Amino acid sequence: MFPKGTKRKFSDSREEPVAGGEDVNQSSLAAVRMLSSYSLQRQSLLDMSLIKLQLCHMLVEPNLCRSVLIANTVRQIQEEMTQDGTWQIMTQALSAANAAAQCSADRLVATEVLCRQTEAAQGEQVPKPFPVVGSEGCPAKEVLEEEAAAAEVGMTMSTVSPQAPTSYLPGTFGMDPCWEEEETGEDDDDEEEEEDSEECGSGSEGEERERDSLVEDTRTAEQVFGTFEIKNPAPSPDPALEELFSDVDASYYDLDTVLTGMQSVPKMGPYDLLESLSSHGPSPLSSSTSCRSDLNELDHIMEIIVGS
Amino acid sequence: PPILSRLNPSRWSCGPPAAEGNVQDEESDTRKINNSFLRDHNYATEADIISTVEFNPSGELLATGDKGGRVVVFQREQETKSEPQRRGEYNVYSTFQSHDPEFDYLKSLEIEEKINKIRWLPQQNAAYFLLSTNDKTVKLWKISERDRRPEGYNLKDEDGRIRDPSTITSLRVPVLQNTDLMVEATARRVFSNAHTYHINSISVNSDLQTYISTDDLRVNLWNLEITDQSFNIVDIKPCNMEDLTEVITAAEFHPQQCNTLAYSSSRGSVRLCDMRKQALCDTHCKFFEEPEDPSTRSFFSEIISSISDIKFSHSGRFLMTRDYLTVKVWDLNMETRPVQTYQVHDYLRGKLCSLYENDCIFDKFECVWNGSDSVIMTGSYNNFFRMFDRNTKKDVTLEASRENSKPRAILKPRKVCVGGKRRKDEVTVDSLDFSKKILHSAWHPQENIIAVAASNNLYIFQDKVT
Repeated sequence: MFPKGTKRKFSDSREEPVAGGEDVNQSSLAAVRMLSSYSLQRQSLLDMSLIKLQLCHMLVEPNLCRSVLIANTVRQIQEEMTQDGTWQIMTQALSAANAAAQCSADRLVATEVLCRQTEAAQGEQVPKPFPVVGSEGCPAKEVLEEEAAAAEVGMTMSTVSPQAPTSYLPGTFGMDPCWEEEETGEDDDDEEEEEDSEECGSGSEGEERERDSLVEDTRTAEQVFGTFEIKNPAPSPDPALEELFSDVDASYYDLDTVLTGMQSVPKMGPYDLLESLSSHGPSPLSSSTSCRSDLNELDHIMEIIVGS
Repeated sequence: PPILSRLNPSRWSCGPPAAEGNVQDEESDTRKINNSFLRDHNYATEADIISTVEFNPSGELLATGDKGGRVVVFQREQETKSEPQRRGEYNVYSTFQSHDPEFDYLKSLEIEEKINKIRWLPQQNAAYFLLSTNDKTVKLWKISERDRRPEGYNLKDEDGRIRDPSTITSLRVPVLQNTDLMVEATARRVFSNAHTYHINSISVNSDLQTYISTDDLRVNLWNLEITDQSFNIVDIKPCNMEDLTEVITAAEFHPQQCNTLAYSSSRGSVRLCDMRKQALCDTHCKFFEEPEDPSTRSFFSEIISSISDIKFSHSGRFLMTRDYLTVKVWDLNMETRPVQTYQVHDYLRGKLCSLYENDCIFDKFECVWNGSDSVIMTGSYNNFFRMFDRNTKKDVTLEASRENSKPRAILKPRKVCVGGKRRKDEVTVDSLDFSKKILHSAWHPQENIIAVAASNNLYIFQDKVT
């Protein structure tokens, strides 16, 4: 719950950068900072939204209205990022990340055992959702550091935003050790993590506990997903993408799985998923003016991510 | 003077249920008693959290449903000449377990027993009828009084034990004797297996023969007498669930036109349907949606535009919608924009990201009209609720809390400080308690009596007319 007497908003301490009177270099640097901070905030919002969709920790069916609203938010962000070109940068970084990763079949099996996948899904190569990968591991960090070239502002963000969401994504537990090694600042204590950890038991202490909670989560996830109606089998995913994300079966992350609940067939990759969202979704936002006005609100995201 | 300044609370919490005629076991009685008087709401059992409040059409009865599946009905005391100042207080009349938790074995999921909505039927005989629903099943309950019972049976004795026929030496005719008043609640109909998704609304038709139940994607029409059939009249489920971008959030029948119903969506639109036009009301007659203000656009715009409640005015001329930050009044003859928009708590606009993060942005607030459609009321956070006078354009913020309302005390208007210096008694936005939300409230159909649910407490406020 939203606590009383909350800490000061991050935006309070971070007013508009560099006032007038500075030289041109300074103001353009500030502009770059603002842009990069906006991108990071938007990325954080995307991560937050995907976590909300993925965490089905209740024993009852999740609220469909809430899921649809969050899914629409994800779609909006993805569309805007596609327009900005940020989307392409991310996907390139991720493909590099996955190519570098050491993945073994053991991981695939382990995760599937934990996830209690159906027989149909066993051994299938299902792409891992983009944001999960994007929010952890070095390459994503590199991307962020590229964007936050101005450094000071980016500093807070790069320490926090790549790691914070990953620690309570059920699928990350039991994944390759190479991913887990790169998660250094997992213990970033922010509101989001606390809130979700009490609900789904995720935390960074002890893989054993993580596995237990993962089993519990996926069991509930399966129960939850079973409630929705069976949908038509998805079109076959892009084989190139499949190969890239062959390490983990995390089909229950898929947006459509959350909405439809069934994972008896291999799902589309995250790119396909979000592409389909964009193709069916509303017309893209005009990013020119709307983004800037969002800064104030998105500043609040930073406060959450920076933590107490 | 406007009524808002003279509201007079006579506070009630959900006290122990009346002893007579409860269809309820001892344990839950005890639990209710123990928890109702705790000062700190946080320790209260979650099962006691009130999830719906509704007056019956005469205002004589007030029903509440809670998360534990119970319904508690309050009845207004008859005014007595000897104590005119005790003006019609509400006492517990009946308590019963409406819905029980279920387990869906096919999906391995629990079905919550929480009562989502209660709707009364107009009284047609001595008994009272109400519809109550959880996520999946609607039930019709009959609440009736018994103050007489037959005594003097031949084949069983006074305790109900069967007598040995060989001991009976004479016959007698049973006679009706007066007894203590007993209030019985019996389930007369159970309407089940018609909803795949969670039921969010029920609405009784003005024809008093049919009603609709609405879930996220469908609206079903029932006859009150028939439980094994329902007719689907609205279906917005896409062929491919991946294409789902909009759900139904509420639906209501027009108060006078039995062929007209309205349903709201998560996208901030309301559709008015005429059942005479065609059997399936997927195409609407009227479409109410306000164009978005581009200057306030953000990633949260759609979420805050999602309508959480709709209510027709008693007159049937207007429709009220509640979204996260505003209440809007629509004239049914004008679809392009509302005739009035009221800001409930606009100071939250700058906090939408935090409210998204802690899920408060998905809270579904209800809204109500007063009997004459001149005042509308809705809830907010910190146990605040707001009233807007449509004629004078005045509004007031009041608080429902034990600390601030002693019986017979007058409610003091509250104010949220939105910036600058905080005056005495003002509450800053940052100190608002977002766990204390007024989602459910009701207004007496004729008089200025309101019922406000704050977690597991029910507050009834009356306007004292001097």
